[in-house]
Amino acid sequence: MMAPAPLLSVRNLAVRFATPTGIVEAVRGIDFDVGRERLGIVGESGSGKSVTGRAVLRLLPPSAAVTADRLALGDLDLLGADVSTMRGVRGRRVSMIMQDPKFSLNPVMTVGRQIAEAYRVHHRVSRREATSRALDMLADVRIRDPRRVYDLYPHEVSGGMGQRVMIAMMLIPEPDLLIADEPTSALDVTVSMQVLAILDDLVSRRGMGLLFISHDLNLVASFCDRVLVMYGGQIMETLAAASLHAATHPYTRGLLAALPTLDTAGRDLPVLTRDPAWLARRA
Amino acid sequence: MISVRHLDVHFGQVRAVSDVSFDVAAGDTFGLVGESGCGKSTLLRVLSGLNRHWTGAIEVAGRAVGPARDKAFHRRVQMVFQDPFGSLHPRHTVDRALAEPIAIHGLDDAEGRIARALDDVGLGSRFRFRYPHQLSGGQRQRVAIARALILEPGILLLDEPTSALDVSIQAEVLNLLARLRAARDLTLILVSHNLAVVAHLCNRLAVMQAGTIVEEMTIDTLRHGKPAHPYSRELLDASLGYHRS
Repeated sequence: MMAPAPLLSVRNLAVRFATPTGIVEAVRGIDFDVGRERLGIVGESGSGKSVTGRAVLRLLPPSAAVTADRLALGDLDLLGADVSTMRGVRGRRVSMIMQDPKFSLNPVMTVGRQIAEAYRVHHRVSRREATSRALDMLADVRIRDPRRVYDLYPHEVSGGMGQRVMIAMMLIPEPDLLIADEPTSALDVTVSMQVLAILDDLVSRRGMGLLFISHDLNLVASFCDRVLVMYGGQIMETLAAASLHAATHPYTRGLLAALPTLDTAGRDLPVLTRDPAWLARRA
Repeated sequence: MISVRHLDVHFGQVRAVSDVSFDVAAGDTFGLVGESGCGKSTLLRVLSGLNRHWTGAIEVAGRAVGPARDKAFHRRVQMVFQDPFGSLHPRHTVDRALAEPIAIHGLDDAEGRIARALDDVGLGSRFRFRYPHQLSGGQRQRVAIARALILEPGILLLDEPTSALDVSIQAEVLNLLARLRAARDLTLILVSHNLAVVAHLCNRLAVMQAGTIVEEMTIDTLRHGKPAHPYSRELLDASLGYHRS
C-alpha cells in the first residue's frame, strides 16, 4: 500500500516560538511520511497539528524557529530551499486549504479570476486559456453554473460554495500534496459532507497526497486512510484510520471516551486525565 | 414550564422563525437542533428577552410574557452563550462578573453567593480575582455558567455551550451541566448543531430548518435511528461521519 518513495518525508521536526514569556515548543520532534494517501492529523487545540502543516510550507512567522533532521518533498529539501524555490513549491507542488473561506478568499476579486490567477502564476498560458481552465475546475468541484459563479464576489457565495472555490483554486495548479487544515469546521454538517465528497473524489482521481488536519476524531476516522494523533507537540500514535476505535494509547482512548454519542445519555462522560509521562519520551 | 405558540420573528424581509410552537415541561431538557441560519439561536434570544421583535404567545411558568421582561423574569430565566471569550468582559475580574447580577437584583450575602457559585462549578475561590485572559476556555465557560446560576434560576437557556471547546473540556462541561441540573432541578433548553451533544444531555428535541420545526421527537426515537423527517435523517447520517459511496 505504502509507496516506496513518500511525497513528503519529515524527521525530527521541531518548531519553537519565541514569546515575551519564554520559548514555547509547539512541535517537539515528530516523524512521519505522506504518500499518495489521505493522512489525518488529529489533536486538540494547541497540540501542534496546524503548526506542523504550516511548517511544511514554511508559512510560519519569523518568531518561529523550525528545525528538522529531514523535511523533504521528494528530493527537495524544504528547510534549505530559498525564498524563490519556496514560491514555486507553494501552490504548484503543495497547496493548502484553510478553515474559513471568508478569510482566505480575496474579497475584492471575483472568485473566477482568483482561480484563473492561481493557474497563471504557475503556468505560462493566455488569459483565455486560464479562464477556460477555471471554468472547468469550477465544474469539477460540482458547481452547477460555473459561468455565473465565475463572476461572483466572495461575499455573494455561501460558505459551502466558498470552500469549493477554495478547493478549485488550490487544485488547479495540480499539486502533488494538498494540506487541508480543518477544511469543513466552519461549515454545516450536511454541507461539509458534500465538500468532503468533492475533496475525496478529486484527491483519489488525481492520485494526490492529502494531509487532513482536524480536531474531529470521528470525521478523520471515516475520511482518512491513516491517522496521526498529536498531543503537546508530539505524535502519540499512528494508526490505520479504520482501527482508530481500537487505539491503544491512553490519550487517544481518553479522547474517544470523552466524546458524547447517541448512547451516553444519563452517564457521566469519562474526563481525560493527562499523564505527564506521555510527553516524556523525547525530552 | 415553557410554552411557545405561533412564534414569528422577522428581520426586515427575512422570516427567521415562522409559526413555531412547542412546550417544555418542568425538569425537561429540550434540545433545539439545526444548521446555521435555521432560527434556533433567534428562538433562544426571543425566550431570554434579548430579541423583542416577535409575534405569537409565550408562557413561562404559567404566566404570559411580553417582549419586555422584568427583573423577576430574569431571576427565573438565565442564559449561557456559545463563546466564553466574547461573553465575559475582558477587563472585569471573575468576582466583578459574578457580583453584577447580585447587585442588579439587590440580593444579600454577595460574598457567600460568589464563593458558593465558584465551588458549584468546580472552580473554587482561587479563581475569584482572575481576569478572563488568565482562564482557559473551559474555565471561562464555567464562569459563564456560575454567572447564570448565581441568581438561582429555574430555567437555563444554553446556546451552543460547548461548541468552542475541545472534546475533553466539552466532556467536563457536559458533566457539570448534568450534575447542576439534577442538584437544582433545572429546566434546560439547549441549542446545538451537534446531535451527539443534544442526545447526551436532552430527553426531547426539535429539529429546525429554515425557521420552522420540522420534527419533534424523544431521544429514544433519535437513538433508534427512527426520525420521520428526511432532513432529520440527513442530520443524523452526517453526524455519524463521512460515508464513502
